[in-house]
Amino acid sequence: MGSILLFLTLVAIVVAWWLVRQRLTSKPWLEEGPLGEAPGTGASPLPAATIGLGVFLVIVGTLFSLLISAYSMRMAMTDWRSLPVPNSLWFNTGLLIASSVALQLAHSAVKRGRMEDMKLGLLAGAGFALMFLAGQILVWRQFNAAGYFVAGNPANAFFYLLVALHALHLSGGLVALGRSASRVWRGTYRRDSVRRSVGLCAAYWHFLLLIWLVVMALLMGWADAFIELCGRLFS
Amino acid sequence: MVDISRSPGDLIPPAEVPDVDLYHAKSWITKYVFCQDAKVIAIQYSVTALSIGMLALVLSWLMRLQLGFPGVFSFIDAEHYYQFITMHGMIMVIYLITAIFLGGFGNYLIPLMLGARDMVFPYVNMLSYWVYLLAVLVLVSSYFVPGGPTGAGWTLYPPQAILDGTAGSDGGIILMLVSLILFIIGFTMGGLNYVVTTLQARTRGMTLMRMPLTVWAIFTATVLALLAFPALFVACVMLLFDRLLGTSFFMPALVEMGQLTNYRGGSPILFQHLFWFFGHPEVYIVALPAFGIVSDLISTHARKNIFGYRMMVWAIVAIGALSFIVWAHHMYVSGMHPLFGFFFATSTLIIAVPTAIKVYNWVLTLWRGDIHLTVPMLFALGFIVTFVNGGLTGLFLGNVVVDVPLSDTMFVVAHFHMVMGVAPILVIFGAIYHWYPKITGKMLDETMGKIHFWVTFIGAYTIFLPIHYLGLLGVPRRYFELGEMAFVPPSAHTLNAFITIAALIVGAAQLLFVFNMIVSLKRGKEAGGNPWRAASLEWQTPETPPGHGNWGKELPVVHRWAYDYSVPGATEDFVPQNQPTVTRAT
Repeated sequence: MGSILLFLTLVAIVVAWWLVRQRLTSKPWLEEGPLGEAPGTGASPLPAATIGLGVFLVIVGTLFSLLISAYSMRMAMTDWRSLPVPNSLWFNTGLLIASSVALQLAHSAVKRGRMEDMKLGLLAGAGFALMFLAGQILVWRQFNAAGYFVAGNPANAFFYLLVALHALHLSGGLVALGRSASRVWRGTYRRDSVRRSVGLCAAYWHFLLLIWLVVMALLMGWADAFIELCGRLFS
Repeated sequence: MVDISRSPGDLIPPAEVPDVDLYHAKSWITKYVFCQDAKVIAIQYSVTALSIGMLALVLSWLMRLQLGFPGVFSFIDAEHYYQFITMHGMIMVIYLITAIFLGGFGNYLIPLMLGARDMVFPYVNMLSYWVYLLAVLVLVSSYFVPGGPTGAGWTLYPPQAILDGTAGSDGGIILMLVSLILFIIGFTMGGLNYVVTTLQARTRGMTLMRMPLTVWAIFTATVLALLAFPALFVACVMLLFDRLLGTSFFMPALVEMGQLTNYRGGSPILFQHLFWFFGHPEVYIVALPAFGIVSDLISTHARKNIFGYRMMVWAIVAIGALSFIVWAHHMYVSGMHPLFGFFFATSTLIIAVPTAIKVYNWVLTLWRGDIHLTVPMLFALGFIVTFVNGGLTGLFLGNVVVDVPLSDTMFVVAHFHMVMGVAPILVIFGAIYHWYPKITGKMLDETMGKIHFWVTFIGAYTIFLPIHYLGLLGVPRRYFELGEMAFVPPSAHTLNAFITIAALIVGAAQLLFVFNMIVSLKRGKEAGGNPWRAASLEWQTPETPPGHGNWGKELPVVHRWAYDYSVPGATEDFVPQNQPTVTRAT
């Protein structure tokens, strides 16, 4: 359970940092706001949607940290046989990076008021993401054809599970992106609102890219040293 | 008095919300069915949770009939008994208590107590309820598939959960896992709302340290749930893979019905880690809202400010943080390194410190208070006693050497029912009696309420105190029937029959509560806006029940904390949070 404890420790540090700025040592029973004057609530100037996405990313991070914890515990068993990593998986990784970059460019474009460039960025981002999903399905089929069935080995099962959950999260992102994009194309938008939506989509994409890179590190065995260290700490 | 002023960077919510930002229902369907108003969603959550809770109540009756009178009721066989246990446990913990505290009270109280018009993402909030309802329907549908619902026990431990020898291994376990996955998705949608609304939608003057403890507790419990439920999600998805796709995440190589299965090398202990990584925070997901609500009930009905508000807030946060590092105390009998046992026993006992602070503070709030023994107050007092009793036996079980012999006995059943069943449910009842007047504009009948309280409170003790004793005798839990056991004396069987009769009576008393809620809706006494003369913001709405948008044209401004009761020199014995200055007697 090392990965999840490490992740939650990071979350706890951020929460603690936030809490110490919230006047938790104040004495509310002595505080009475002056007439006609109210104290600030201490709420963040960021929009609720941004805070909401931040909280959601923490939940997604928790989910994948738990999967990594389960992965590391299960891979310590004797029946574990690691999967080969085909080149097509690297190609898919490139597509996801391209998708993330395109959305970032769309965000930069809307900040500068270049709405046509933003539309191009959104289209490219969604297109690369769809290609990534199609590529993942192709890799599944390749593995299946080569005899790496889901029930064949726990390493296979984890691979299919991680890819499926990651793809589901990306699909959810595509739905949100589609909603924002449809407002842009219909012209029923305020620039501020589109700028925020595209920014949030880009942030979500970057986070899913980060998660995918961690998954790749697991599959490549680059994270074995870390997993072994966690295993030693917690066994 | 200390005057506090605004810092330059502080965000001040606007007094008026632009009309486009506030959701308006356009038809009967969107007003009462697919409604985005948090108050309606709260009622939908609560009615659904209480309805499915009635099923859990009937299941507990059936279980008790078997334990009290084994062999008498021919329609109860071993398979049915385990199905009763499983569904009763899961419904009570997840679909009733968690749902009503967070989805019910969270939705109703967070916006009102914080002076907000609604939750920040009303559409997602509405989806949360409908996904929850779908989860409940999927769970109930397991009664209508071949083999019936799962009988795996509420912990769903593999390997037995998905093997043929367990009741409901055909469709029941699949539906249970799907239902849990749906519940978690639905809860996540709601939970995002509770957290972000608390962070961002507080009205002017509502600093975090002016929030009622109910909001602090529901907020913290939601954070815990958002971080803990993914563990159950992962466990359910992986178990579903094992059951449907034949993977071996949790399933070791084993022989089933004389045949070697295709499972190889999986780890049942891995499931236990994931389950309890959710399971222990879950205890506090239901306990923290109870702590918060009971603090507000005691303060209001004892006409006294809450003792040690700051400590109460810190204790809520500390309990929440500690609840993530104690999960393995549920796994002592699964075997672990002795140093781990020592660590988890120590962390478990450390949680007793902030918890004890809360208990002392409740008692000190009551000390020399002007205690009104209203029905909500009776339930609050009942909670304190019951929680202390249940918590103390938790200290026994938190120690490895005591837990190992007691772990598989009825003592554990008694412990967790006291601390996680009876105690939070007493608070749920107290809270409903307290806030029903705000929700409906009518008072619940007090006589029926007092009968309900005394039968439930005394009844719960006549059920669960003897079960502790049975546990100490060594009576095992999870057994369909005890049969001939040398160490179980005949008196234990008599005691079991007595417990069953008590359980039937306590269950019947809940029907009186339901009757009271329905009858009072029409015939209840008019409540007025603030029948308990409470200081917190939800009682200061211009309309009762609060209208759409909660606050009329302008949002309230908060000038003080929520506990200004019996302020020396004040003309009234409470000062509402939105009252600018204390009116003093001349």
